[in-house]
Amino acid sequence: MLKTLKRVFSYAAPYMRYFVMTLAFAALGVSLSLAVPVFIGEAVDCCIGKGNVDFHKLGIIIVLLASMVIASTLFQWLMILCTNKLSFLTIRDLRSDIFCKLERVPLRYIDGHTKGELTSRVINDIEIISDGLLQGFTQFFSGIITIIGTLIFMMVINFRIAIVVVILTPLSFIAASKITKASHDSYMKQSRLRGEMVGLAEEMAGNQKIVKAFVYDKRAEARFDEINAAYGKIGAKATFFSSMTNPTTRFVNGLIYAAVGLLGALGVVGKFPIIGAMTVGKLSSFLAYSNQYTKPFNEISGVFAELQNAVASAERVFAVLDENEVPDDSDKDVLESCDGTLSFSDVFFSYSPDTKLIENFSLDVKSGQRVAIVGPTGCGKSTIINLLLRFYDIDSGKIELSGKDINRITRDSLRSCFGMVLQETWVFTGTVAENIAYGAPDATREQIIEAAKSVYAHGFIKRLPNGYDTVISEDCGLSQGQKQLICIARIMLMDPPMLILDEATSSIDLRTELRIQRAFAKLMEGRTSFVIAHRLSTIKNSDIILVMKHGNIIEQGDHEQLLAKGGFYAELYNSQFAS
Amino acid sequence: MVMNLGIVAVIWFGGKRVDVGRLTQGELTAFTNYMTQILLALVVLANLIVIFTKAFASANRISEVFSLLPEENGTVCEIKDEKKAIIEFSSVSFAYAGAGDYSLRNISFSVMGGQMLGIIGGTGCGKSTLANLIPCFYRATEGAVNVFGVNVNDIDNEQLRRRIGIVPQKATLFTGTIRENMRWRKSDATDDEIISALKTAQAWDFVSNSPDGLDTVISQGGKNLSGGQKQRISIARALVGSPDIVILDDSTSALDYKTDLAFRRALSEDLPDTTVVMISQRTTSLKNADKIIVMDEGEAVGIGTHEELVRNCDVYNEIYRSQMNEKGGSTDA
Repeated sequence: MLKTLKRVFSYAAPYMRYFVMTLAFAALGVSLSLAVPVFIGEAVDCCIGKGNVDFHKLGIIIVLLASMVIASTLFQWLMILCTNKLSFLTIRDLRSDIFCKLERVPLRYIDGHTKGELTSRVINDIEIISDGLLQGFTQFFSGIITIIGTLIFMMVINFRIAIVVVILTPLSFIAASKITKASHDSYMKQSRLRGEMVGLAEEMAGNQKIVKAFVYDKRAEARFDEINAAYGKIGAKATFFSSMTNPTTRFVNGLIYAAVGLLGALGVVGKFPIIGAMTVGKLSSFLAYSNQYTKPFNEISGVFAELQNAVASAERVFAVLDENEVPDDSDKDVLESCDGTLSFSDVFFSYSPDTKLIENFSLDVKSGQRVAIVGPTGCGKSTIINLLLRFYDIDSGKIELSGKDINRITRDSLRSCFGMVLQETWVFTGTVAENIAYGAPDATREQIIEAAKSVYAHGFIKRLPNGYDTVISEDCGLSQGQKQLICIARIMLMDPPMLILDEATSSIDLRTELRIQRAFAKLMEGRTSFVIAHRLSTIKNSDIILVMKHGNIIEQGDHEQLLAKGGFYAELYNSQFAS
Repeated sequence: MVMNLGIVAVIWFGGKRVDVGRLTQGELTAFTNYMTQILLALVVLANLIVIFTKAFASANRISEVFSLLPEENGTVCEIKDEKKAIIEFSSVSFAYAGAGDYSLRNISFSVMGGQMLGIIGGTGCGKSTLANLIPCFYRATEGAVNVFGVNVNDIDNEQLRRRIGIVPQKATLFTGTIRENMRWRKSDATDDEIISALKTAQAWDFVSNSPDGLDTVISQGGKNLSGGQKQRISIARALVGSPDIVILDDSTSALDYKTDLAFRRALSEDLPDTTVVMISQRTTSLKNADKIIVMDEGEAVGIGTHEELVRNCDVYNEIYRSQMNEKGGSTDA
């Protein structure tokens, strides 16, 4: 825990001046506000009785009091300002560090965690660190100053009564912590039930059509009612306990207050020398202190809970920051030119050591050949792509592009040899022309139009309201198929020597699908291509077919060879004829 | 600060009073204490006003939801099992509320019990809209939709939908085990019924192979399943308890041809009496349908069997040819 705290504060180090200022303002503000009761006491002592009011002294005290009140408020405001500045700057650094880190960790790490989990680390955990650690620290600090300050003042006014207060305060503490524990359990249950309730409401409201179609509405209502009733019950219990805290501590505090009052009064009367001399004014300031003294204790215990929370969050954030990065490879060779040949030799790969996937895989692809990857749903066709682009590194063996080991060249130069069109298309907010020129920013308008024409995208782009200058974005205006055509044009313009294509075209209307197929064919002319193939025509015309099943490459060869072999491919192929 | 300044003022004016003899020192102390309490209460009050304003805005939003009209419902609860036209559209047109143009125009057809109806066409041509009229998610703007020989507007929604199994385009599963998901249509379905539905949907293989079987927990809307697996479970969910009508809204898009074919075979063998409405982009999926409706921009441009449509429907022919050529000679043999 200490190590984590240290690390968080190392992030705050560049902003030390804000930290120092925070502490200074906290000390000033708190001690000034603590001095107020003393002066109130003095003031009260100036008003002894009829005709016996020292107006001169009272006037001075009043002015002093007023300026102290204003000053302490000012300091407290400055303190908050500094804390916010400090936490904002620190958190900004931490957040940008973790964001950059996420861009640099291997995909293996990202794939192993859900999107929500990672987002929550960047957003929520960091928020909790900001609230808990930094703001909590200031609260903690001003609490401590208050306690020490009040103690000192009380001691100065009357040492003996102060001792009584110190001895009695743990009482209110014990009472509060007993009750807090009981209410804490109920609150935990409550927040779990709340999670369930939100989850259910979200699922049912979000899928209303299915709920209706399956006549599930009554059952959904029943489930909701059940959770809702439990939630109400536990909520009432939690509130009961927590509402007990305040009256109980107040009761105990009241007892202390009464004890102080009694002892003090006896002191004022002066008949019990043990207690020491008191005036009415001193008694009233003492009472004020004994009140203030107990308050920070509750605050500090709250701060501790938050602190623990924050440390847990900080640990999660640092866990990400300590994750191994994709090693920097700028010292490796840059692949200058690529002749389109590719070879796998004795490649072994698996995502996790206990499930073997690709074993002893060898393949030679000559320039301009077409490799089709086929297999049933979920057979792991994307593994090949992950290896080719080095999103994952192979366990042993060698992959050579253009005669060079892909582990020996920079990732950037490797990836720039490949053009990829996947089923999930990606367009960004910008004009159609900008989208097409994404991989080749220097392209002229003529080149862009040429590329669009060659992949049959010119026709629909021309019909858009502003032609090539129409602004498009991921979720507006274009159909899935049109977006895919734009992506194909983008690759056409980049003119890479190697291609990776995914033929799957579900939920695209047939005319567009036809156009996409023609565009793919055009794109593949003269390029070495890997195609995740769904159409038999594509497969039949491929030079090499890789048949995958359960993540493994089980057969390899051209159409005739595989059919003759009578294996899984032949079975797959024949099943098409049966209809 | 205001609070403290208030106390300062009290002491000053209190001092004057004490001087005149109208107030004792003790009363002054009491006075400052009261002052603190009043001011604290004022702070609480100010907070309350903020909370009230927020609560008021929230209350308004809630009452907006309450003031929505519930779904219209019919009253006919008795449905006779007759074997003639199970689904019948007569000159049905439909426009979404607020939309200027019709999404469906003048559509008429009928399907007999146990038959299979195919609907094919490009995206946005009204296929799904047409299917949505059958379980009365929307009411026809013009014309009449009769299901089980009764106008759907008159049938009690619950009775109607209990007899229909729907597989939506997007396979959405719910948090819980596979068994719980499979009990959506029929809350008391036995494991046998569930397994037989899973078998028909070609999902039993992978469900039975997973270590927890039917108790496999589906997390986060099915992230732990592949697209094809989710789709098959979503299909099986609609088949539990043999519904009278099954509507498959392009629900086999994530299945490979082999699985798709096996599913279609199993569907006709395992549930021979069930009327199937299958929306698809693939002509191969619909080849065996008793009737195919070809949709184009909200209109039925062709109705008939595969053979009839090949002979006399241009749109269907275009689709068919393109798929035959590109999908690689599955019809060459």
